[in-house]
Formats: sequence, structure tokens, C-alpha cells
Amino acid sequence: MEKKLLTKYWHDPNHKMLDGYLKNGGYTAIKKALGMEPDAVIEEAKQSKLRGRGGAGFPAGMKWSFIPKKTDKPKYVVCNADESEPGTFKDREIIHKDPHSLIEGIAICAWAVQSHTAFIYIRGEFTEEAKMLERAIQEAYDHGYLGKGICGTAFDLELILHRGAGAYICGEETGMLESLEGKKGQPRNKPPFPATEGLFQCPTVINNVETLAVMPWIVLNGGAEYAKLGTPDSTGTKLVGISGPVKRPGVYEIEMGMPLMTFINELAGGMIEGKTLGAVIPGGSSTPPLTPAQCEQAKISYESLDKLGSALGTAGIIVLPDDFSVIEAMTVIARFYADESCGQCTPCREGTGWLYKTMKRIYAGKGAAQDLQMLSHISAGMKGRTICALADAAAWPMEGFLRTFPEAFQKAVTPKQAR
Amino acid sequence: MQLKPETKTKIKALLERYPQRQATLLPVLHLVQEDFGYLSDEVEELVAKELDIPRAAVSEVVTFYTMFYREPIGKYHIMACHNLSCTLMGAEKLIQHLEHRLGVKSKAPLGETTEDRRFTLTRVECLGACGEAPMMQINDKYHLNLTIEKIDKILEELP
Repeated sequence: MEKKLLTKYWHDPNHKMLDGYLKNGGYTAIKKALGMEPDAVIEEAKQSKLRGRGGAGFPAGMKWSFIPKKTDKPKYVVCNADESEPGTFKDREIIHKDPHSLIEGIAICAWAVQSHTAFIYIRGEFTEEAKMLERAIQEAYDHGYLGKGICGTAFDLELILHRGAGAYICGEETGMLESLEGKKGQPRNKPPFPATEGLFQCPTVINNVETLAVMPWIVLNGGAEYAKLGTPDSTGTKLVGISGPVKRPGVYEIEMGMPLMTFINELAGGMIEGKTLGAVIPGGSSTPPLTPAQCEQAKISYESLDKLGSALGTAGIIVLPDDFSVIEAMTVIARFYADESCGQCTPCREGTGWLYKTMKRIYAGKGAAQDLQMLSHISAGMKGRTICALADAAAWPMEGFLRTFPEAFQKAVTPKQAR
Repeated sequence: MQLKPETKTKIKALLERYPQRQATLLPVLHLVQEDFGYLSDEVEELVAKELDIPRAAVSEVVTFYTMFYREPIGKYHIMACHNLSCTLMGAEKLIQHLEHRLGVKSKAPLGETTEDRRFTLTRVECLGACGEAPMMQINDKYHLNLTIEKIDKILEELP
């Protein structure tokens, strides 16, 4: 049922240490990559058709190819380990069980784009995970996989672990760059894109933990081999997390295209006793919810979830039981985005605040019929009108909940005596 | 008030590692907060001097990020997640229990501190451990799959 490329050795407790990683074939991919032309490595990444696993799904190989070849500026690689989208906890698992595959993936990326300095930006709350990575990085330095002349070649690579300090917005790639530069994590206007003017105004590639950690497999087995897995638009495997009242919540690696209900019922064991499926948020809290009927049609892939009006996002599935109020769920989601708006753009700062205030009022039973129109109106006014996608990420679930559960919202704004 | 000599040495090492001075600000603030417990005006001033950057550049960063504290907090900072996955698994009941047990109100971005300065109870957004909800963080450590009984035991066993 699971398809284990990245997670193949996760049962082995020694795999997180360098010795265990080497025994399981670790650091052979970077050696192979260093024997290839950098462009050939980018070509493998492109052929894999791997889409960035941070949520936006932009093709990773293409992102690498945007880094200018001829430039006098230094180039940087930044690994986004600021995992913060509610419902998402896969990168934390990679760090716990397989930190060296991430370091090796970063080295492969650095060689491909010819960068000599890389950063891992890890969310501040992941203190234990930062210690785990720090230890793995030190092991890699001690054994010549990082530092001057990696793997006995003339290629130098420094890797710096950088801790955030509690701000969801720093997971947005240009917010992250600002934060790395020692500033407030407020996103930048694009263009210029990070590929040409990123960290310290230099060409920068930013990839999610999972994207980088699967690169060793792609280099060893070939991009074409990876692309054979999954579906044409969603190649390969995906780490999918599931939380909520299911029997076996957790992270599972599956081949893209698996029916959502197969995942929920067979891998996650179905709902816990006494609970019935009410709705599913398929890819982190910014993705619109699915009804049980939609879940029956859904497959875990970019295209299938797009078609159903939702998105794969980070593939952090949140399962809502039918006895949990969708009004409460949306209120919690609205609070989150209001809390995390960086305050830079008015439609987002004000819009997320109004969505939350209005949802709170409705949840408290004090809503009025016109509140529902107002929620739609505010959401429409937020989308595509801001520097980054946080406003959209707040508006999508709002519109999704209104569209998917109109009766529940209608009932919530109807005075009790009239129901 | 002065920065500790060990901290100054660590800052020097960071400055050598990073391509630009201001880029060391977050790691430096983490270090300094560990020494002083929180970041007062005076500490901000020290950091600005040490890095040779404007005081305003330090202040705007300190006030932007939730993990930098502008006031003293309890010995144990309890950060209870109240995002969706944790709420689905009963987080609100656990937070109410904590409020009742400690006699303080939970709040975001920084909650109340008990009179004996032992606990601060803060509500936080998703900490990225949803598969083991409900959860909370106490100082650096994650506590997962919580129940009221488990929380009581954790609090009783704290030194």
C-alpha cells in the first residue's frame, strides 16, 4: 500500500546517524552527482517532473534551471524547514528519521546550481529538531560530505542551520529571505524573483525539505524512473500526513494518485470507534474542505483535488468527524490566518481580521444573514490583491466552507427560535 | 548590564560564518534571550551595539516574532496548541484544565504567568505535530498525545 522511496529505511533506528545512513547506501547519490555535469543533474530533476513539496507545487527542476549560470554574485540554496501550515507534519518526520538524506539533497542541489553556501531555515519551535540537524550536519562536516572539497572533489559547500523565531509568514519564500537577512519576515514584491535576486540580492533557490530529501533517489535512479511513478501531472511518491480522529494518524509515503478513501480507511485505519466522517481538509488548512461524497471521488494528486475545487497543498490531511461543527472549524482556521498575517498589505491585515471577527460572531450564535454575503465579499476582496499568498490562503478555505456547507452556515445565522 | 563573554565569543563566530552582519540577528537574539530570559530595552541596545546595527532594526525584529519575549516569563513556558487538529482531539478541554490547575488565563501571543513565576500559559498556533494531537510544548520539549492525566503527571514531574 505504501510506496517507500524516501522512507525505505525509516524503520532502521541507525539510519538517522551517519554510520547507518552510509550502510543503507547514503551519500552515493552526491558522489554520482559530482561526477556529472551540473546541468545534467538539473536535467534529471526536470525529467522527474517532481513538483515542489512545500505546497505550491512548482516544478523543482525548472526552479533550479532559472538560476543564472554566468554571474559574479554568489549563489545560495535555502532549504525551507519552516513547516507551519496547520495539519502538516511531514518535514518534522524527515528530520527525525532521515536528516542525512536532506543534507545530501541540499548538496546535490548546491552542485546543480553551483552554490557554495546553503542554509536550512528551520522554524524556531523545532528546537529538538534543530539539535538533530545540527548533529547530522556536524557528522557530515567531520566526514567530508560538507565543508572544503566535499567527497574529495574541489567543490566547497558550507551549510548553515538558521532558526526562525515564531512566524508562519517566514515559510513564504521571500519572507524567509527577509528573516534570514535578520529582518521582519515580511514578503517581498515579485519580480524580481529569488532565482535572480534572492538572499542578499543574489541568485537563490528555495526548496522544501521533502523536495530536497527525495533528490538522492532521483539522482541514483534517474528522473525518468521517478516520473514513471504516480500520474502524469503528479509524478512520484508523496509523504502524506493525516490527523484528526482516525485510528492510525501519522505520515505515510504513497504513490501519487491513490484514492483518498483508500488512504483514510486502509493506511490510517479509518475513523476511531463511534466517529463518522464529516469532512476532509486534504492539504493543510488553506485547502478547501471536501464532503464525504467528494472524498469518494478524490485521489491524492494535484489534478484530482484541483478538479474538486480544493488542492493537494502540503498533503496534510485533516479529518473532521460529522459531530464537529464546521463553523467552529472555520473559526479556528480564520483565527490562524488573522494571527499570522504579517500586516504589510491592507487586504490581508484587515481581511483576515474581519473574517475571524465575523466567524467568531457566527460561532457565538450572534451572526446575521448578511454576514454570509459579507464573508464572501471580504474573501473576494483579498484574493490576488496582496504581495504574497497568505491572503489567498485565508480566503480559499472561507469560500470553500461556505460553498461546501451552505446549510450549516445558513442555520448558524438563523435565530434559534426560527430554526 | 553587559553581554556575557561566552556569548560575545559565540556572536563573533556567527559573524564570521554569515555573509552579512545583520543576518546574524535572529541567532544572536536567541542566544541573548537564553542568557537574560527576555529582551528588555537595555538588552536590545546591547545587541544593536554588538552587531553595529540601528536599535530600531533590533526592536522591529524582537516585536515581530512570537518567540522573542519583551517581558519576563515563567520558569516553564507552556505553549498549548489550539489549532484545528489539536482542537479536534480535545485541546480546549486540556487548556481549560491547565487554566484551572494553574489559576491563570491562557492567551496569545503570550499568556499569563503564575504568581510564583513558575508557569506561563500561552495559546499557540500549529506546532507541526498534528499526527500526535493534542499536543503542547513546554520550553524546548514537545509533549504529544496528551490527556488530562498525562498533563498532570508532566507538571508534577517538572523539577
